[in-house]
Amino acid sequence: MATSRASALPGFGLTMGYTLAYLGLVVLLPLGALLIRVTSMTWADFGKVAFSDRALAAYRLTFGASFLAASLNAVLGTLLAWVLTRYRFPGRKFLDALVDFPFALPTAVAGLTLANLFSQNGWLGRFLVPLDIRLAYTTGGIVMALTFVSLPFVVRTLQPVLEDFEVELEEAAATLGAGRWRTFRSVVLPALLPALLTGFALAFARAVGEYGSVIFISTNKPYVSEITPQVIMGWLDQFEYASAMAVAVVMLAASFAILVTINLLERWASRFQR
Amino acid sequence: MSIELRQVSKRFGDMAAVEDVSLTVGDGELVALLGPSGGGKTTVLRMIAGLEVPTSGDLLVRGERVNDVPVQRRNIGFVFQSYALFKTMSVFDNIAFGLKIRKTPKAEIEARVGELLRLFGLEGLGRRLPHQLSGGQRQRVAIARALAPRPSVLLLDEPFGAVDAKIRQELREWLVRLHRELHVTTLFVTHDQEEAMEVSDRIVIFSRGRLEQVGSPREVYERPRNEFVARFIGVLNVLELTVRQGVARLNELAFPAHGVPEGGTLRVGFRPYAVQVSADPAEHPLRAVIRQVYFLGVQMRLELETPSGLVLRTRISKDEFLRRGLEQGIPVSFQIREYRVLSTGSDGLAPEVSTVHTASHWAEGI
Repeated sequence: MATSRASALPGFGLTMGYTLAYLGLVVLLPLGALLIRVTSMTWADFGKVAFSDRALAAYRLTFGASFLAASLNAVLGTLLAWVLTRYRFPGRKFLDALVDFPFALPTAVAGLTLANLFSQNGWLGRFLVPLDIRLAYTTGGIVMALTFVSLPFVVRTLQPVLEDFEVELEEAAATLGAGRWRTFRSVVLPALLPALLTGFALAFARAVGEYGSVIFISTNKPYVSEITPQVIMGWLDQFEYASAMAVAVVMLAASFAILVTINLLERWASRFQR
Repeated sequence: MSIELRQVSKRFGDMAAVEDVSLTVGDGELVALLGPSGGGKTTVLRMIAGLEVPTSGDLLVRGERVNDVPVQRRNIGFVFQSYALFKTMSVFDNIAFGLKIRKTPKAEIEARVGELLRLFGLEGLGRRLPHQLSGGQRQRVAIARALAPRPSVLLLDEPFGAVDAKIRQELREWLVRLHRELHVTTLFVTHDQEEAMEVSDRIVIFSRGRLEQVGSPREVYERPRNEFVARFIGVLNVLELTVRQGVARLNELAFPAHGVPEGGTLRVGFRPYAVQVSADPAEHPLRAVIRQVYFLGVQMRLELETPSGLVLRTRISKDEFLRRGLEQGIPVSFQIREYRVLSTGSDGLAPEVSTVHTASHWAEGI
């Protein structure tokens, strides 16, 4: 642990100690408690609960919908960040502030609002349902809610990178004959990729943990439209703490594995930096 | 001719960046666009490349009007001041970029890039990423990338701005050699007059968006068209004198009035080398003290201060300096061998700045 470089400014000991204590209390302690709870089960019991058909269906839905939502945000969020950084237009500041809206709004309210808007009699639903576009009480609705709550992540991670992006790079590509699309694909996108992956990972992680908005827009039917947090809540309602923890541990492990993978991808994508 | 600008102007909002510039550049010429920053020279370069559109006037490349031709189809190589290398691509891919866009066959791309890597002394660096190169190497990659698709014109924006003094000198010589070998019409922007003099066939001098003078390095140095050019190219001592009793005077200095009426002002300028200095107080008619000596290697720069407090800059070779027994702080005598008349007061008539007046006209009379 001899990583404290000799620095003119003192304070390494204090700040490092504080950081470790803080992370320990806020992150590691609850995680440890979770694992200890689970160890009260036998492996067989754990397997039965954590990999029951109902739990598996919930994992599939949670991770699948979150992946879709994060992917959707990777595309739409990039577009949004691009418009917000590249163009000056009236109302830009307002639009920029609006991006944080999903952070501020209680997610349950978001879920209720979306469900109302897209239900058969809702403002938008009354036009969409006849076209057979059903976004309330369907898997599509879940994806929409998750997209909503994880929207700010891609936008906010890309914005500073786009602000710093040298316009000369695009001009250089143009003088060499590249059109807009080719320049974007070959020059801009590769440079954005690390930030894009970070934004994607954050959005994905946020979506996986989402509960409040989904339970209002989903029918919450076991095996069909029940997300993992709902399964955990179900076990808790029955005071089956150990079972709830077992499902939670699987989710935790899966999330962790996915985040590590994305981190590795990110490192690969940023190999051109120092 | 390769490039022609006809009364080209460019305005950004209310600000005129380039005003009424007409210029022709011949095939294979190496031309410097010189001027203080904000003079409009980069804007001119960007208009030729198609990165800016002229507000008015015509832009011709090889006789064809290109005002409305998009950047992509102008076939012009542009080297940015920041080099603007694609960070995510290897050196090879950077240089190959323009060729790939033109859908050049793979074998041909490899041959062309290999040839450029050799020509630019970048052999073995093809797989490196830009951040693994030195500043000089990065610049060479930027130039190779611009040249790869065989552009009709090469444009360089402050090509030597971002490297340190020693490498700068090497790069200048290298650019001259490269131009001699490839013979591609080249325009580069610089604010360094020494650089422009050393490298280019012709210099185009800009100031505040206007073209001040075009000529060979020697022409603009020896025959500047106005005070701005005279002061910008090389060092110039400038004096403002008042005409009294038919002679223009400033403290102990006197010049012929050059037709300026009594009470009017005359501005004269002279190069440092035109001032002759001697330790012998009787050799020249004027007196001064050597206030400061700057050692520049082969040459010395001296600051003379006259008894009335005028400060003049002069240059002398080190050998001469030693032979004449000069030192900082000693009293000397001096004379101004030749000078130019920069302006003749309020009558608004521009004098012939390029004319050099010799001292013999006046020195005797004082």
